[in-house]
Amino acid sequence: MTIHLHAPLNETALLSLSAGDLVFISGPVYTARDAAHQKMAQMLESGRPLPFAIRGQIIYYAGPCPTPPGKICNSLGPTTSSRMDIYTPALLAAGLKAMLGKGRRSLSVIEACRQEKAVYLAVIGGIAALTAQSVLKSEIIAWPELGPEAVHRLEIRDLPAIVINDCQGRDFYGIRGRRTEDGGQKG
Amino acid sequence: MRQVDYQEIVETVAQMAVAANIKLPLDVEQAINQAAQKESNDLGRYVLKQICLNQAIAEKEEMPLCQDTGSAVVFVELGQETQIQGGLLDDAINAGVAKGYREGYLRKSMTHPWLRQNTGDNTPAIIHLRLVAGDCCRLTIAPKGGGAENMSALAMLPPSAGLPGIKDFVRQTVIKAGPNPCPPLVIGVGVGGNFEKAPLLAKTALIRPLGQPSPDPEVAALEQELLAEINQLNIGPQGFGGQTTALAVHIEIFPCHIASLPVAVNLNCHVSRHVTFEL
Repeated sequence: MTIHLHAPLNETALLSLSAGDLVFISGPVYTARDAAHQKMAQMLESGRPLPFAIRGQIIYYAGPCPTPPGKICNSLGPTTSSRMDIYTPALLAAGLKAMLGKGRRSLSVIEACRQEKAVYLAVIGGIAALTAQSVLKSEIIAWPELGPEAVHRLEIRDLPAIVINDCQGRDFYGIRGRRTEDGGQKG
Repeated sequence: MRQVDYQEIVETVAQMAVAANIKLPLDVEQAINQAAQKESNDLGRYVLKQICLNQAIAEKEEMPLCQDTGSAVVFVELGQETQIQGGLLDDAINAGVAKGYREGYLRKSMTHPWLRQNTGDNTPAIIHLRLVAGDCCRLTIAPKGGGAENMSALAMLPPSAGLPGIKDFVRQTVIKAGPNPCPPLVIGVGVGGNFEKAPLLAKTALIRPLGQPSPDPEVAALEQELLAEINQLNIGPQGFGGQTTALAVHIEIFPCHIASLPVAVNLNCHVSRHVTFEL
């Protein structure tokens, strides 16, 4: 069975997902990396509105190559998610429902996914020419001065991703190894 | 004395930067293809096939294989009888990197270490110069992504750790990295030298053609042993499981101080990019 997810997300669709599922994602997603996360965390702390309404939305940890003239989007793929771990529980509490990236999350992010009924999915890294083919539209909506770290609003269709952390607190990577507190894995 | 023109280096480096980011070396492409035929884990095989598809699209559309077009690591082998005319070698390489990353629409990823202000043109390049005999000017560019670089590691082991300690450190580095460095990996290992020499050996090891064993039979045997062990860890492509965790383990060794046993492990993602050109 092929699973499709459409943003903005509803909780019912998310609750049925299991760690290890292959899903195809469509709808709007927002790119944000380290610098944008730091800024968003400060905004949440001081009660200012984020650059987009986050409730039900998807954040994609990604920084594209610059777009050549006449193209919709240049190569675009996931970056390592763990660098965003410290900012993530606050964003989930604010209504974020899914994150796209690659690699492991900390135990506090896994727990926050369980509590807030949100999911973390891995997009295959290093195949950015292919994954960019899923992008129908791309525009910078915040902090253009950050270059590749600016927040882009993408319209995507059928981007393949694997559920790593589901709403039940399962961890697809952890299923095959014991976890350490810092998100590392013991042998 | 042979003269090499500054501007010729600029143009060559610019073209190499773009080429390296769009097309993988044939040996890497073949290794991934072979792994895709053999991988028995369903998700792992799916990943490897997507990687093959990506290579085809990147080449056809002339798009970067990965959005992380890396730090520009440049190795130069310069003949003692070669002279650069019209400027400094480092300046020429940096100008070439800036031009290639700008004109090729490659991502600029170099930033101030804590102010995090992007330098805007992916410079400075990380340049390793070696003076060699003759009048050659051989350039290798190896764009290196941040994800795999972040999971690389150096250990200053006690000599008593010996060969078991070396093996264990390599294995533990791969286990700790798990899915983060985008496996299947190319694993460069530098053993010996000192605190700065071991990582450079490891980096150099990444450029060796895949499947070409170390000329030292003992080292070659260790490469095979570690590769087999690592591919039994069930990390697999992207950490989704399977027997394709690494495409190769390359080890370079160097004598070290009687008090030391440095071991450096430089992980490279499956987008193991490098282009060599001789001017």
